[in-house]
Amino acid sequence: MTVSTDPKHGVRVTASGLKKSFERVQVLKGIDLDIAAGEIFVIMGPSGSGKSVLLRQIIGLDTPDEGEIQIEGKPVRLGTIMNRIRLAIVFQSGALLNSLTVGENVGLYLSEHRLKTPPEIDRIVGEKLDLVGLRGIELRHPGELSGGERKRVAIARALAIDPQLILYDEPTSELDPIMAVTIAEEILKLKHRMGLTSIVVSHDRDLAFGVADRIAIMHAGSILCTGTPNEIRDSKDPIVQRFLTVELKREGERVL
Amino acid sequence: MFQSIGEILILLWCTLRTAPKIVHQRRKILEQLFEIGNASLLMACILSMFIGGVLALQSGPVLAERGLSTYIGGLVGLSVCKELAPVMMAIFIAGRIGSAMSAEIGSMRAYQEIDALRTMNIDPIQYLVLPRLVAISVALPLLVVFSILVGWFGGGLVSMSNQKIGVPFQAYFGHLRELVQVHDVANGIIKSFFFAVVIGIVSCHQGLQTIGGPRGIGRSVTKAVVNSIVLILILDYFLTRLLLYFNI
Ligand SMILES: Nc1ncnc2c1ncn2[C@@H]1O[C@H](COP(=O)(O)OP(=O)(O)O)[C@@H](O)[C@H]1O
Ligand SMILES: [Mg+2]
Repeated sequence: MTVSTDPKHGVRVTASGLKKSFERVQVLKGIDLDIAAGEIFVIMGPSGSGKSVLLRQIIGLDTPDEGEIQIEGKPVRLGTIMNRIRLAIVFQSGALLNSLTVGENVGLYLSEHRLKTPPEIDRIVGEKLDLVGLRGIELRHPGELSGGERKRVAIARALAIDPQLILYDEPTSELDPIMAVTIAEEILKLKHRMGLTSIVVSHDRDLAFGVADRIAIMHAGSILCTGTPNEIRDSKDPIVQRFLTVELKREGERVL
Repeated sequence: MFQSIGEILILLWCTLRTAPKIVHQRRKILEQLFEIGNASLLMACILSMFIGGVLALQSGPVLAERGLSTYIGGLVGLSVCKELAPVMMAIFIAGRIGSAMSAEIGSMRAYQEIDALRTMNIDPIQYLVLPRLVAISVALPLLVVFSILVGWFGGGLVSMSNQKIGVPFQAYFGHLRELVQVHDVANGIIKSFFFAVVIGIVSCHQGLQTIGGPRGIGRSVTKAVVNSIVLILILDYFLTRLLLYFNI
């Protein structure tokens, strides 16, 4: 592992002209993004608008048909990006390894790359699980957990990597409101403590407006508008307004 | 078909390239070995017993009618160690272990576990394929040795107890020892090593290729088992030719 960038700083992520199709259906229709180092950038949009696909392109799990992603000014290429930058993604489903225990999952990155001694790994694992409110479940298996618990373990696993760039795919979708607030607070705390860059995909309006430095509204494979939470709230775009108000009604009166 | 053979060869090459990291994976190799042994030993024992037995049952009376019943030991001995044990065990392991491998890797693929590994800079080939390939390549030849011994024993048992054959145990094994050479047993073991590589790599490849949810996993498992068996039987012919050429 050679990670050259200063670990205390986040990374800048840019995307230009990103296009991706699956079986002739165009899912991404030319996406441009410029995410500053240390920023919390939230991508909001209805389901099926291509948010998860976009996240996969950003970290090189998939290659776009057209366009380019750059992290710290260098193009992202499949597999090589992880040698340069510590990044972590919290998948929508959690994507925990079912054959391992919760503790092994959280410590997987550290143990596979032999970055820490086993007692140190145990300590870090405990610490990260504590952070997501799941103290002492190291020995259980992912199959025995609820969807929300799995998601929180996935967040703990991402944090154990001590990433410079972290991507969350719907981090609060299966969580109760209190846990959602805890996760939102954690996202903010990480930014302030380590200055890492966070990209959050969510249709949770409270989360988005609570943590975002900037928000992008995505619809049917395109970014409709990008701006600070206030700018988005004041947007005149009818689709943006509709998305925000409909979302408000459905989510009820949750507070952050 | 040709495309997937190409992909399989590439996967094999990539797996061999990670071989220096084998010590890192020793715990997983042992786990896999244990699992294979646990899942197959008892079945292998029963199968081999019956294979040796039926072979004696079929050929014994024919030999006895012509006054050649002493040859039964050599006949069963050679057939079991050169052909039946390696091929039958390979087919059995393709169904028992190959299917499990492709199902496990396939579900890891379908539920994004492999993507998660890749984002953690963990090579799925080194982490998943290498330990499985090594474990099966060690386990199958060992299993074949076991199967050969049990198969011989099964043949002997039938030869002794069947009235139409009536060859005592000692005579059976006496002739077997006379006819079967060490290199005949080696022949079977060498073949089984190649069969193991085929099962391991085809199953892992099929697992990694999985697309879609549970249905996709089911398709992968079926394909892994069928393709392994077809390749084993074809390879068996050519390996036999090759080994005959080298007088093994
Ligand atoms: N691997 C794939 N193959 C085919 N279609 C896909 C694939 N991944 C995503 N899609 C399609 O792309 C669209 C956007 O998906 P996604 O990014 O998951 O939406 P969301 O914004 O809800 O995360 C969906 O219509 C989905 O069916
Ligand atoms: Mg999604």
